[in-house]
Amino acid sequence: MSRAVLPRRTRPAAVAAALLAVLAGCAPAGSSSSGTPSASGAAPSSAGAVASGTAPGGECAKGSLKLRRAGTFTVATDNPVYEPWFVDNKPANGKGFESAVAYAVAGKLGFTPAEVTWTTASFSAVIAPGPKAFDVDVNEVSITPERRKGIDFSTGYYDVTQALLTVKGGRLAGAKGIADLKGARLGAQVGTTSYRTITDVIKPSGKPAVFNTNDDAKLALANGQIDGLVLDLPTALYEASGGDSVLKNGALVGQFENTGGTPEQFGIVLDLGSPLTACVSKAVDALRADGTLKRLEQTWLTASAGAPVLR
Amino acid sequence: MSDGPTAVSDDWTPSARELERAAYRRRRARRSLLVAAASTAGVTTLLAWALVSAPGWPRVRDSFLSWDAARRSLPDVAVGLWLNLRMFAVVAVAMLLLGLAVAVARQLPGPVFWPVRALATAYVDLFRGMPLLVLLYLVGFGVAGLRLQGVPASATVLGGVALTLSYSAYVAEVFRAGIESVHPAQRAAGRALGLTSGQTLRLVVLPQAVRRVVPPLLNDLASLIKDSGLVSVLGIPLDAVRYAQIWSAQLANFTPYVVAGALFMLVTIPLTRLTDALARRRGYLPQGAHL
Amino acid sequence: MTPGPPLLRVAGLRKAYRGGDAVLAGLDLDVAAHEVVVLVGASGSGKSTLLRCIDLLEPVDDGTIELDGREITDPRVDADAVRARLGMVFQSFNLFPHLTVLGNLTLAPRRVHGLPREQARERALAVLDRVGLAARAGAHPDELSGGQQQRVAIARALVNDPVLMLFDEVTSALDPELVGEVLDLVRDLRADGRTMIVATHEIGFARQVADRVCFLDGGRVLEQGPPAQVLGDPVHERTRRFLRRLPT
Repeated sequence: MSRAVLPRRTRPAAVAAALLAVLAGCAPAGSSSSGTPSASGAAPSSAGAVASGTAPGGECAKGSLKLRRAGTFTVATDNPVYEPWFVDNKPANGKGFESAVAYAVAGKLGFTPAEVTWTTASFSAVIAPGPKAFDVDVNEVSITPERRKGIDFSTGYYDVTQALLTVKGGRLAGAKGIADLKGARLGAQVGTTSYRTITDVIKPSGKPAVFNTNDDAKLALANGQIDGLVLDLPTALYEASGGDSVLKNGALVGQFENTGGTPEQFGIVLDLGSPLTACVSKAVDALRADGTLKRLEQTWLTASAGAPVLR
Repeated sequence: MSDGPTAVSDDWTPSARELERAAYRRRRARRSLLVAAASTAGVTTLLAWALVSAPGWPRVRDSFLSWDAARRSLPDVAVGLWLNLRMFAVVAVAMLLLGLAVAVARQLPGPVFWPVRALATAYVDLFRGMPLLVLLYLVGFGVAGLRLQGVPASATVLGGVALTLSYSAYVAEVFRAGIESVHPAQRAAGRALGLTSGQTLRLVVLPQAVRRVVPPLLNDLASLIKDSGLVSVLGIPLDAVRYAQIWSAQLANFTPYVVAGALFMLVTIPLTRLTDALARRRGYLPQGAHL
Repeated sequence: MTPGPPLLRVAGLRKAYRGGDAVLAGLDLDVAAHEVVVLVGASGSGKSTLLRCIDLLEPVDDGTIELDGREITDPRVDADAVRARLGMVFQSFNLFPHLTVLGNLTLAPRRVHGLPREQARERALAVLDRVGLAARAGAHPDELSGGQQQRVAIARALVNDPVLMLFDEVTSALDPELVGEVLDLVRDLRADGRTMIVATHEIGFARQVADRVCFLDGGRVLEQGPPAQVLGDPVHERTRRFLRRLPT
């Protein structure tokens, strides 16, 4: 009787050969990931060299943009998103400052509103290496030099001020300066520069509370589990106006000055080394130059001139 | 009184045939070892090479294994880990006690104790069924919102309560399995000596039951070390993963998470090995049990 | 028949397990003080059930059991207190594995009879010495042979000075060469004047140690009397048939 089975001694060798074959098959099939230059890890300046110094309409013509999905400009933001940046948690309705800015930038690049697609991306998904599911991300992300090592930013589209929100009649309602905040329990949303404001500017005696979302933070404020919530001024003004269902009696204590020379700015986020970065920056610059940004600010963001400054 | 067979004592030296057999077995064992070592090394090298030649590797390496990000985030993440450990220590004790109480309640015999058994069963069903995160929100924000007199609104305390409620339900089932695994003859022997039902449970059944469930309890404890950090969702306190999240957002880099993961493993692995060794030494684990 | 009121009186005992036929059907049995009664019978004849009922480990369906003139099957009686006065030894030893031999022996004296630790320890060591295992006081049950474990189990029952000892097939789980040491011990206890009820398969042993042999059949005591009579020349045909089937 012939034996179809391998003799014992050659079996391990056969297994090893099979394994090698499988691994070879799984070996990376070249750079199939679109949009990401293979030799990354270099500083963004080299990526800027990819599309630099050419006149607008040339490299940045709508047809020559390297998009995630051809024919549509994919914009990402988080879920949920809040006023005054977005309205009703529906970015596609064009309402809210950031929604409007996104459509304006898309317009400058040559896309009609119908050619703009919205998608959801958490901050972790935005900073993850690997191909992105979007072209740009708009979600109140502050530009910092540290972050530039991992993501690209457009030029800033809004100058941010941090502010302190509390409840009417609360412990901090009458605070006039940073010294009054020393013993308070303060909170901020995770991953925001607001958190840094607490640790670097206010420096209270207790540890700051950090929340997954602003909703959680507002709940804690309403419960009295924190005395004050640090967040950007426009959101704080919106909350203090009483338009929110969670926090009914919010009160603005004041805003904080920008320490250091350059103001903190929100920027549009792109993949590190994205070929679109220069074009998007140009679009933002154009919007600033022709006053669109200012106009959108006036439409969507409450006037902050009256907010007291906490020093 | 005879106590076993006569001991054998003679002088025996191995025969030539036996020496031959032993030598053959040694040779074969050595060869197997070499093959195993070589194939392990080969496969590992292959995998490492596949990893490093991936086109996205440089960016992934910078994003997940950045020395600079690790160095900067380590102090805060370590501070957060300290919180995890403290919360773990308190909740572990509470959950073991509460879980044991619920397990005992579930097996109280007789019709008079039916309400207690029903209550214990409902407790287990409720807190095993509810996701821990939901429970944290309900207790940490919901109960705090009620502003009841005398009920602390501290997120740390309420978070610890939520953790205890959830984990004690799992632990109760582990203990119950242990109790039911003790042979009824043990209970009979205890009663036959005149021990009351309660004494039999306390002195005969529980000591045996608890020893039997040390391995699954270790499982739950290891899980708790990590879950203890979920209380961060309530704002304070900040645990290792939360600090990792803060630093990750600040640096647009994932290395802080890797740091947190490494620190957790650094703590969990020795802890479980140590508990193993202690349990084995005191006879809690069956002979030859390997974990 | 021995004089005086019986130490134990079982009258009309009835016991059926759930869903089955009655195992005991109106069983009567008297045991006098210092008497050794051996129960023999086929498997399922109710020997174990009878012992468990006497030790109040099982509820009875009908009938009464009286110990020292008091009915112990009365639900108002404290069953734990009754059990503290009886000593039972099981077929599978049932030693507590998490305690040492000494721990097994001192558990009941301390927790049930309230003896202080030192006194309990002395008493336990004395009994251990009596059964020849004083050297193994610090060992755990799993370190002992079957015969040693059973002797410890007997010592554990003995240390509480019970008025009545119950032995439920105590040698059935042992290797043949270990049976002897246990039977020797029971013989010694008889010489001490202990009142005992012994359920067993060992006919030779029954012959040596029994004052009275009871053959259980059909849920009752079919035949009882001195061992020479019941085992040598039984009256009933069923008894004869049972004895014929046994090896001894």
